[in-house]
Amino acid sequence: MSRIIGPLARLATLALLLALILKPDWFVPVLKPFTENGAPVIYNQGSLLSLTLYHLGLVAIASLIGTALALVMGVFVTRKVGAEFLPLSRSLVNIGQTFPPVAVLALAVPVVGFGLKPTLIALVLYGLLPIFENTITGLKEVPANVVEAARGMGLNPTQQLFRVELPLALPVILAGIRLSVVINMGTATIGSTVAAKGLGEVIIAGLLTSNTSFILQGGIIVALLAVLIYDALSILERRVARRTGRLAEVAG
Amino acid sequence: MIELEHVSRRFGDQLAVDDVSFSVERGTITVIVGTSGSGKSTTLRMINRLIEPSAGTIRIDGKDTASVSGEVLRRGIGYVIQGNGLFPHWTVARNIATVPTLLGWDSSRIAKRVDELLTLFSMKPEEFAQKFPHQLSGGEQQRVGVARALAAEPGLLLMDEPFGALDPIIRAKAQEDLLAVQQRLGITVVLVTHDMEEAIHLGHRIAVMDGGRLLQYAPPAEILARPAHGFVEKLVNGVDRPFRLLSLAPVSSIVEPGTAEGPPIAATATLRDALSELLWHQRDALPVASADGTLVGRVSLAALRAHAGAAA
Repeated sequence: MSRIIGPLARLATLALLLALILKPDWFVPVLKPFTENGAPVIYNQGSLLSLTLYHLGLVAIASLIGTALALVMGVFVTRKVGAEFLPLSRSLVNIGQTFPPVAVLALAVPVVGFGLKPTLIALVLYGLLPIFENTITGLKEVPANVVEAARGMGLNPTQQLFRVELPLALPVILAGIRLSVVINMGTATIGSTVAAKGLGEVIIAGLLTSNTSFILQGGIIVALLAVLIYDALSILERRVARRTGRLAEVAG
Repeated sequence: MIELEHVSRRFGDQLAVDDVSFSVERGTITVIVGTSGSGKSTTLRMINRLIEPSAGTIRIDGKDTASVSGEVLRRGIGYVIQGNGLFPHWTVARNIATVPTLLGWDSSRIAKRVDELLTLFSMKPEEFAQKFPHQLSGGEQQRVGVARALAAEPGLLLMDEPFGALDPIIRAKAQEDLLAVQQRLGITVVLVTHDMEEAIHLGHRIAVMDGGRLLQYAPPAEILARPAHGFVEKLVNGVDRPFRLLSLAPVSSIVEPGTAEGPPIAATATLRDALSELLWHQRDALPVASADGTLVGRVSLAALRAHAGAAA
């Protein structure tokens, strides 16, 4: 049953999302009760499609940078030469996670100005932790005898890393990336407070004019995007895991 | 030919391998046997420089192993570890192709070699080449592990407890496979085990190690008949000693003229098998048959008894 329900639910979610973005007028009857004093029901200060694309682009760039940084750090601290930097890197990454993104924005704007840059900084810092920790866990979980065999066959350290260790750690690393992307989907809305284009604009416009309908539109689109991306990345992850034989018993 | 000369290895202030010297003849199987912590694995891993010796030299065919990089050295030496260490994300074919790929063989030569090796280990290439390790049984994984080690046609094969994770029946089969392959390819094998039975069964020579030192290095018959005092004596002086001695020689070595009643024994069977048959059939002698089935004489309990004790 779940094999049918899964794809159906996925399709329905996608259809709802597309309708909200492309045909917002369809939802006037539903959203009408959330507005007062004849305020506009549907967000009218820009195209929802272009805001969605900006939002996705922002998260994509932040996630790419974050993934690259966290991967490099994670790989480095699991090598012999970098082992002593593990506590330091871990503290840095943890600070990135615990420091509120809003505070990062407040600190970054005076230095780099308004717009995309401070938002990217905040998102990158905020998304590092899950990727970094999962990279370390994934690499440490690679069976010792497999690494030993790789060395014994004559693979050099670079070949060991790229041909054996990283491919085997990939499912765990992907789980970290998935978490980070989903966190950033939500967090990116605050970028609109410093004039970065994105779906945050819709929500903030709603907050400024006490228009609950706007808030709902922005919020629901962001939420649906997050759910679909989470789902898509989970599927990718399972596929990779099956290839590495990790889910052999579970997935047959 | 492998020569170890005064090889030692220190971990911190602990001496894991203490001044070990021995040499291995080309085309033979040498088994290093000892308990855990005896330094047997460390000794093996120093031959392909997975562990660098703290002192001493190791030469393979006269060439100092320290004269090339560790990676280049290891690509020329087969290596099999306990639990096979197959790469779980690669197919059987790609696993076997590991070293040939590193050496830059062209793909048609690699494909041909993979087929050859799978066939050698009686696994149908069309059935197994594209499978992943987790789709194989333990015995099949072990065979792929050995095939992978042999892929680039190394003259030397190092095996670290290769059969340790197998159940007894598959282990016996794997041992026979190893003996057959070694004989067929004429390769040199150095194998580490904690199992004296396995050492006696497989080894042309046995090196007994304890506490990092090499206590005795001799053919199995000599280890059994004249064990060095102390640890080796304790290791081999069990109740099984006469049977172990008998398992080392074929029936053909003590066959005597004459005939006997009962089912014939193959001349290539071990004396231990012969004793077992004699006891089972409650006879003092049984006929011996050559490979083509003709009777060549008989084997008697008395002759076996003479062979099973110490020559004291």
